[in-house]
Amino acid sequence: MASLIGFYSLSFGVFTSLIITFFSVKNFKSSKIIDNRILYFSFLQFFLVLISFLGLVISFINSDFSNETVFNNSHTTKPLFYKITGTWGNHEGSLLLWLLVLTLFAVIFIFKSKRQPIRYRILTLLFQQIIIFGFFIFVLKTSSPFNYIYPIPNEGLGLNPILQDPALAIHPPILYLGYVGSSIIFSSTLSAVVLNYISKEWAAHIKIWVLISWIFLTLGILLGSIWAYYELGWGGFWFWDPVENVSLMPWLALTTLIHCILVLEKRSILNSWVVILSISTFTLSMCGTFLVRSGILNSVHTFANDPERGLFILIFLFSLIFLSIFIFFFFYKKNSKENYTLFFLSKETSIVINNWFMMYFLSVILIGTIYPIFLEVISSERISVGPPFYNKLIAPFLIPFLFFMAIGPQLKWIKSDIENKIYLILLFIISILLSLIIARNLNLEFLLNTLIIVFSFYLFFITLRNFLTKKYKNLSQNLAHFGFSLLILSIIFNNILATEIITNLKVGETFESKKYKINFETLSKKNNQNYQSFVGKLIIENSEGLTEVMNPELRIYNQPNISTSEADIKTGLFADKFMTMNIVQNQEYFNIRYQNKPFMIWIWFSVLLITTGGLISLFKKKYEN
Amino acid sequence: MRIKFLSTLISLLFLIFFLVLFKGLKNPNIYTPSIIYEKKIPNFRSQLFDSTAEINSDEIFIDDKFYLLNIWSSWCVPCRYEHEFLINLKKEQNLKIVGLNYKDNIDNAKNYLEELSNPYDILISDKNGLIAIEWGAYGVPETFLIHEKKILKKIIGPISYDLMNEIIELTNL
Repeated sequence: MASLIGFYSLSFGVFTSLIITFFSVKNFKSSKIIDNRILYFSFLQFFLVLISFLGLVISFINSDFSNETVFNNSHTTKPLFYKITGTWGNHEGSLLLWLLVLTLFAVIFIFKSKRQPIRYRILTLLFQQIIIFGFFIFVLKTSSPFNYIYPIPNEGLGLNPILQDPALAIHPPILYLGYVGSSIIFSSTLSAVVLNYISKEWAAHIKIWVLISWIFLTLGILLGSIWAYYELGWGGFWFWDPVENVSLMPWLALTTLIHCILVLEKRSILNSWVVILSISTFTLSMCGTFLVRSGILNSVHTFANDPERGLFILIFLFSLIFLSIFIFFFFYKKNSKENYTLFFLSKETSIVINNWFMMYFLSVILIGTIYPIFLEVISSERISVGPPFYNKLIAPFLIPFLFFMAIGPQLKWIKSDIENKIYLILLFIISILLSLIIARNLNLEFLLNTLIIVFSFYLFFITLRNFLTKKYKNLSQNLAHFGFSLLILSIIFNNILATEIITNLKVGETFESKKYKINFETLSKKNNQNYQSFVGKLIIENSEGLTEVMNPELRIYNQPNISTSEADIKTGLFADKFMTMNIVQNQEYFNIRYQNKPFMIWIWFSVLLITTGGLISLFKKKYEN
Repeated sequence: MRIKFLSTLISLLFLIFFLVLFKGLKNPNIYTPSIIYEKKIPNFRSQLFDSTAEINSDEIFIDDKFYLLNIWSSWCVPCRYEHEFLINLKKEQNLKIVGLNYKDNIDNAKNYLEELSNPYDILISDKNGLIAIEWGAYGVPETFLIHEKKILKKIIGPISYDLMNEIIELTNL
């Protein structure tokens, strides 16, 4: 019943899309005031998609297995929370969620853009409607969440256990808010280009959308990363998996866009940067959807392997790209001010320099992600691009990047001198000395690592000093940069200082090395709602005689019948202790993997600091007032 | 003039992108990490294809022979493509082909085998897809070459002419 209502509600939604397009075109030709019907129908559209989405959620809650999506992804013994989140834990449901957010944002845009020119508002809504229409057709044609199956099965196939995790339950919605927010930026930029409205006023208005998308995208990536760390049990937080990369690419574009928008708002320059970045952010988000949903890449996230879906997104994506190219080349007029000269010592120069670095990082990731596809198609050779590629190409360029991040905010707009020279030099010397001491104590062999540490510390100290001297001025920027320096430092120390022990043990045995002694004490069995678990009790003793009890767990889920290994993670302020246990086939031995991972919590914390920086900026009326 | 040139160039560039990705869609699942498959095969119990009797994996994979476990389904289009190669492989003396019928309707599956002929020596069914999960399969079709209860090779997607020859070579070593 609920899924029937959902289906009809979704189908009616398509018609509202056509109606809105019709009224928008009519209104655009002759307009003094915005046609209220556009507003009503946009709201109706949102309402219809919402009903449809709720219909699916209710089907999931009631375990209505006559619905194919529910049958494929749910099970009666699943806890209620995961029944609900299972709604978007699959291809069909997640696309419906995407559509829901798209229509919601269109409605919010209408309310939030009241002070903008009418033709601009209508045109933006028109572009947005094109995207919404595309997604409507995509959902209905290739991935309808409301397919009916008969005879009705008694039991569903169950949600993949690795997706049954609180962080992952909210990861897709948050990430989608970020992705979809960029659709508004895309539509708005295209319409501003057509109407030649790329200006300070426009920048001030669209900045809010950029910031909101950026905040959600950052949080979404953070949650995904936390999930990978706690649930996948590989002991890492970032694997350069293609699907992680496709979320990082729009993030890089968006981060660059934030900086450019600020320059545009302040100085009316960098218009082309803003336009191209706005377009690429959304295109990259769509590109991500394509790569993930088409099955062209193999990764932990590939759910669907239906070429028809891939084809649809591919055509849709490239239609949008060609539309943007057309609009950019035929409507975009260069601002007369755009032939600006940048003085080498100014805030905008350092922003532009770092923009280029960001574009470089973006290209590296883009190439690493799609080059294997190209090679396969052209020469049918298969390669896989792994972390060493990204680390080698990105790490060295972090050094100048960090430097300009530290120096840039100390400069003034247009033209400036270096003030407080003594402090800048003094802090630099302190950073070098500190890094040298660290490098000596840790026996660092890589010059590169030491240099990154030097410049991270430099950024760290400079931002720290700004907190003290400038107080609330530029707080958001300073906080974000401070967070970034902390992030790089945590990642680097995490990499350098991590230790790992892999061994096979059976109950009662003890493993000894120079640093640790691991004793496998007991193994106990527990029954839970939809899985059985085996919990090990292991005692770790380090060289100083401190002991810690670890309880890694093996879970065997009933539906689908998958066993997962739940890492036991003891989070500490300075280091995480991480242990996983796996069955060795047909033996009484267990494979025990113990890792000591320093500063893990600082990685999450520094990303939160960066996000907070964005959040503060959102609540400030104007940049650098 | 300059703008025209630039716009054509960029459009062309994206067109090439489009064509490559379009072509890439035709052979999905291209990213297979090169792991050496000396992994032991999982133990499982499954129902025989045309009866309700159950069989243990130990009874299927008896030591010294080569086995090809092929995951197939009547609804799977690429399976039809690889069918002729499976028929060819059936002629191999020391290779037995085990068909794992994946999430299928039994009548459709029978029709499928009647229409294209049956290349399988042993047929088992995997109604709800759990056995495929135990094997770590990504989708249908997927094929595992097994010797002495170890996986020698894993093929994601349909078997091609080259892959067929490779299998023949491996079994005749």
